[in-house]
Amino acid sequence: MALLDIRQRSGYLFLAVMLGHVILISAQVNSRSGVPVLESVTFGMFSEVQRGSSAGVTSLRGLWNRYIGLRHVEAENAALRRELDEVKVQFQERRALADRARGLESLLELRDRSNLKTLAAEIIASSASPDFRTLTIDKGTLYGLQANMAVIAPGGVVGRIVVPTMRASKVQLLIDRNAAVGAIIERSRAQGVAMGAGDQRLRLEYVSEAADVVAGDLVVTSGIDGIFPKGFTIGLVDVVEKTGPAYKRITVKPAVDFSSLEDVLVVVTPTPIRQSEERRE
Amino acid sequence: MKAAGILLAIALALVLQTTIARFVAGGTVVVDLVLVVVVYVALSSGSVAGLLTGTVAGLIQDSLSTGLIGVGGLAKTIVGFVAGIVGTQFIVAQPLPRFVVFFVATVAHQAITIGLGVVLGQRSFGMPYAAVAGEALGNAIVGVAAFQLVELMPGAVERRRMGKSRLRR
Repeated sequence: MALLDIRQRSGYLFLAVMLGHVILISAQVNSRSGVPVLESVTFGMFSEVQRGSSAGVTSLRGLWNRYIGLRHVEAENAALRRELDEVKVQFQERRALADRARGLESLLELRDRSNLKTLAAEIIASSASPDFRTLTIDKGTLYGLQANMAVIAPGGVVGRIVVPTMRASKVQLLIDRNAAVGAIIERSRAQGVAMGAGDQRLRLEYVSEAADVVAGDLVVTSGIDGIFPKGFTIGLVDVVEKTGPAYKRITVKPAVDFSSLEDVLVVVTPTPIRQSEERRE
Repeated sequence: MKAAGILLAIALALVLQTTIARFVAGGTVVVDLVLVVVVYVALSSGSVAGLLTGTVAGLIQDSLSTGLIGVGGLAKTIVGFVAGIVGTQFIVAQPLPRFVVFFVATVAHQAITIGLGVVLGQRSFGMPYAAVAGEALGNAIVGVAAFQLVELMPGAVERRRMGKSRLRR
């Protein structure tokens, strides 16, 4: 019995070593999209499970929200109507401003940055490990999505696609510790790189000593990375620590609340840098 | 049969982690359910089971994440193996010792992961003490609750005793 036990154990260990070898070899082989084969296959398979479980949870939430939890709907309805009236007034003011801006823009022959082609996608899952900040969206290469496409939300930049499969894609959030985006302070035009730190804040690195940065400054994308379109909101400067002339630490609070995201937009239009790279290829 | 059960537990932990986690605790994941499964298996089935569960679960989790494949696997393998040794060498049958094992295992797991990241030259902004402590606390609570839940099931203790006596024979 003991001998059988040892054999069983060594059999398991053998399988584990074999599996380890296969995994290590697979991890070094890249698929056509430039993503390791193992990562692509595992993620593609698991995203289907995530899709199913997400649908189940969404149905339950829908059942609760639409049929059971309707106690405050009437008051909410009245508040929303009031809010809508206010927004209608604001909308008219904005339209007038937009018309004026459009006229000025055409005069200055500025390029219309807002003319980006986007694709809406639903979030079906979050990261498998608390050490990484990723999301899974329900659109993939079938819809023309590719790696390194920017993902945005109404509030600002969300992240970029890192693993696209046929029917789903993995999005690396800005706050992931491996994420980085070219950034610029809107007020002073100081440049830097906003990096994820693995928590809920971003770090603004590589900022010049001479740059003018204060808490509350708006940080937007610089477009220099070739992934994110220029001028999209990243967040607000939260903390600025200086040691002598040098910036010791600049912390940015992201504009997007990653915990309440349900839908996102994938920027399908390539950035000017990516367009020129594609033309060169 | 047992291996199938462990694989099912890992799969369930991954599904829960990726699906439910974003709806609770303000979307901030404070529990690593896969690590909880690894330590649970190690404490209840020994070091070899802990080692293998850690390897498989870690590699699956790695391949679903954006980091290097093998880092989480290695960390979970070590944690699973050591937790298994602790489970066989010490009496870890009460909630408090189990809480301590889950807590220490999470801290060790994070230390190995962050340490490997530093060795491999990955970007690091120091040790996130608060986040690690939060995750360790979350894992410990979930781990102890899982043990209590399984032991509350009718006939669970008898089945375990029978299983152990069958193995001795």
